[in-house]
Formats: sequence, C-alpha cells, structure tokens
Amino acid sequence: MIKDPKIAREVIAKRTALELKDGDIVNLGIGIPTLVANYLPPKVEIFLQSENGLLGVGPAPAENMAHPNLTNAGGFPITFLPGAAAFDSAMSFGLIRGGHVDATVLGALQVDEEGFLANWMIPGKLIPGMGGAMDLVTGAKKVIVAMQHVEKSGAAKIVKKCNLPLTSSRRVNLIVTDMAVIEVVEKGLLLKEVAPQTTVEEVLGATQASLIVPEHVPTMPITI
Amino acid sequence: MKDKVIAVERAVEMIPDGAVLMIGGFLGDGTPENIVDALVKSGKKDLTIIANDTATPERGIGKLIVNKMVKKAIVSHIGTNPETQKQMIEGTLDVELVPQGTLAERVRAGGYGLGGVLTPVGIGTLAENNKQKVKINGEDYLVETALRADFALLKAKKADFYGNLTFTLTSRNFNPLMAFAGKVTIVEVQELVPVGGLTPDEVHVPHAVVDYIVRGSNR
Repeated sequence: MIKDPKIAREVIAKRTALELKDGDIVNLGIGIPTLVANYLPPKVEIFLQSENGLLGVGPAPAENMAHPNLTNAGGFPITFLPGAAAFDSAMSFGLIRGGHVDATVLGALQVDEEGFLANWMIPGKLIPGMGGAMDLVTGAKKVIVAMQHVEKSGAAKIVKKCNLPLTSSRRVNLIVTDMAVIEVVEKGLLLKEVAPQTTVEEVLGATQASLIVPEHVPTMPITI
Repeated sequence: MKDKVIAVERAVEMIPDGAVLMIGGFLGDGTPENIVDALVKSGKKDLTIIANDTATPERGIGKLIVNKMVKKAIVSHIGTNPETQKQMIEGTLDVELVPQGTLAERVRAGGYGLGGVLTPVGIGTLAENNKQKVKINGEDYLVETALRADFALLKAKKADFYGNLTFTLTSRNFNPLMAFAGKVTIVEVQELVPVGGLTPDEVHVPHAVVDYIVRGSNR
C-alpha cells in the first residue's frame, strides 16, 4: 500500500493518463483529475475542454500573465493552445451532452458495485451544487473516476450501494485509485490492476463493494 | 435611431425590487461588475437571480448575495460562496440547483421562443423531482421548462452603437444566451466602437436583442 499522499496522487494521475488516446477531447475535473494532463505518455496529444467555454486549454500562465477573461471551470487562470476555440455555455454543453467529449475524469465521494457515482452533495453538510457534473457523467463517451481509494478516515468510497445522492443514472466506465484499477462490467466491478507496492488482499480490505478478482491481477504499468 | 448608451445609474433605476434578473458570467468572468456595483449601491431587494453560479463573496453576483438583496437564486453551483450556503441553510435564500447544461438550455429556450427542452441529464437523480418525464424512442427525458427574465445584465468585450456584441474567450459563457431571454437586455461593454467597427462575422449577438449599453471596464 502506498502511504505517502503525494505519491498516491501521482499514481492516480499517471495511471489515469494511460487511458487517454492521441486526439481525444477530454474534460478534467478539479483536483486530482487536473493533474492527469501532466503525465500524458509521449506522442499523446489531447484537447482539453473546459465547461465555461473553451476547447484547447493550455497550462496555467505565469503569475503576472493571468488574463481576467481566460479562466477554467474552477475560476483559475489558464492559457489556450494554438487551435483553441471559445464558445458559449450552450455550445459547451452541446459538446458534453451530445457525446462529443471522448472522456471525462472526475473525482467521487462514492462509487458503488453497479458503477453508479455520487459526487455532488452530502445532504445537510456539503451542498455545492452539481455544476456540470451531471451533464458530463451522462454525456461523455467514457467516464473515468480518479480518486483516493478510501476516505481520509479510512472509510470505503467504493461501496455496495451509494447512500449519497447520485450524479447520473449512467454508470461510470473505470475507477482509478491509489490502490487499483477497477472496470465496471456487466456483472459488477472487475479488479484489473493493483498499484505498485499493493496487494490484492489490501485492495479487497479497503473496498466495501464485492470485486471480481481474476486469477492473475497485474501491477499498474507505471513507475513511481 | 434610439440612443442605447446610458449611464450605469440609469440602468439600475429601471430595475424594481422583486425583479427577475439574468446575470452573465462564470465565477465572475463575464459578469458586468459595474452594473452589479451600482445595484448594490441602490439597495434593491427581493431579487430573483438566474445565473451560472454565485461567484465569491467579494466578486460579481456574490456581492448581491452578501448584501442580502436576493430572495431566490436559480444556479448550477454555489460551492465558491459560503454566504449563499449559509443563507440557504438559514432559510432566507431559496436556491434552485440546476445542472449547468440544463440551465444553459432553459435560458436558450426562453430566449428562442421555446417552451422548454428535453434532456436525459438528471434522470435517476434528485434533479428529476417534481418534473415531467417523457419517453422518446425508448429513452427517458426530463421536461425542463424555459426561463425568461425581466432584465438580462450582461458583459461583452465590444459593442457598436447599434448594440451588436462581440465577446472574448471564457467571458462569453451564458451572456449570448441571456441576451435573448431578457425582456430588457442591458450590456456593459469594455469598448464601444462606431457602427461598422464590427464586421458582420465578428458579431456574436445581433443588436436586435440589445436594449441598452453601459460603458464599462475590464475587470
């Protein structure tokens, strides 16, 4: 099991990056998902889409070069790459809901055994609103959850059944954590890989949902 | 030809207490800050706000919340403004949370003369509560009704004296949609150019939907 939280985040971002293909249109959520762009394999070029109306998002600008009208969906300054396009919110969500975004990478509060995701509210505690999450999970071609395997308290995030409000009736496709890669398949959750320095038993111990465990579970093809 | 250019104070005088306002912007980017500041100064109350979010306490729409001028907010996100959540929990502010793409389409539908839109987003979630569902080709959709407003308060990069508008980068967001959905549309512009100063291809929103122009600045 990886103990260092910084390395854990790096593992999640590095492994998630391997899911993205050259030419993909990708929407990255806030937090760990944003880091994914830093770990793309060589020769893989993707186009980042931001809900607030840009395709072709570049890296953050130098501090003194932030433009007030060039921000991402978290409100932070960004740059744009050559070939970028700007558009209004209807067109932006036309891209998302219309199935023109190849992949979205999002954080989660919970994912359950059937692949349902809860990531927008904790009743009575945290009600930030769904923003674009419901549209992204419903409309993107591939939905990848990139998150810590368990809560800071140690509580499971991959659960039998979400008890937090769902984000969509559409199931996610893949879960990448600091412990494992889990694919949502017809019959449930399939354990595809374990993280470096992590055993299958550790993954099972940190997961409340049942996992389908093949005879041989490879280690993530990443270096840390 | 009507002179559309007015002072910001005049723009705010038109807005009565209890008005329904659409305000452009995404976390403040693309929000008409000068109009918002004049609204705050005017002390209007019981406003209904339709916007993407409530920004932060010190920026854009956030200032209207902090000054307790809003009784209802129809928005997709309030996570960046703790004051919105506080007033919501206290029961002094009614917040209707709408998925962002759905909000954009409800505004677009209002401005484009439609009764609403059908979307799969929200099916099987809390967002489907109290909404009509229809089945089309075997798929479930929510009926999301159109939104209109008494006033649309917008921000554009440039306008000509007719009111043709050009936006820039990520400040466009909800502005072009709201331009159609306001009974009265008031646009704060960074730059006012002569008629003919914008080529037809540069015009993102035609002057037909713009009622008033307020000279602004870029912030």
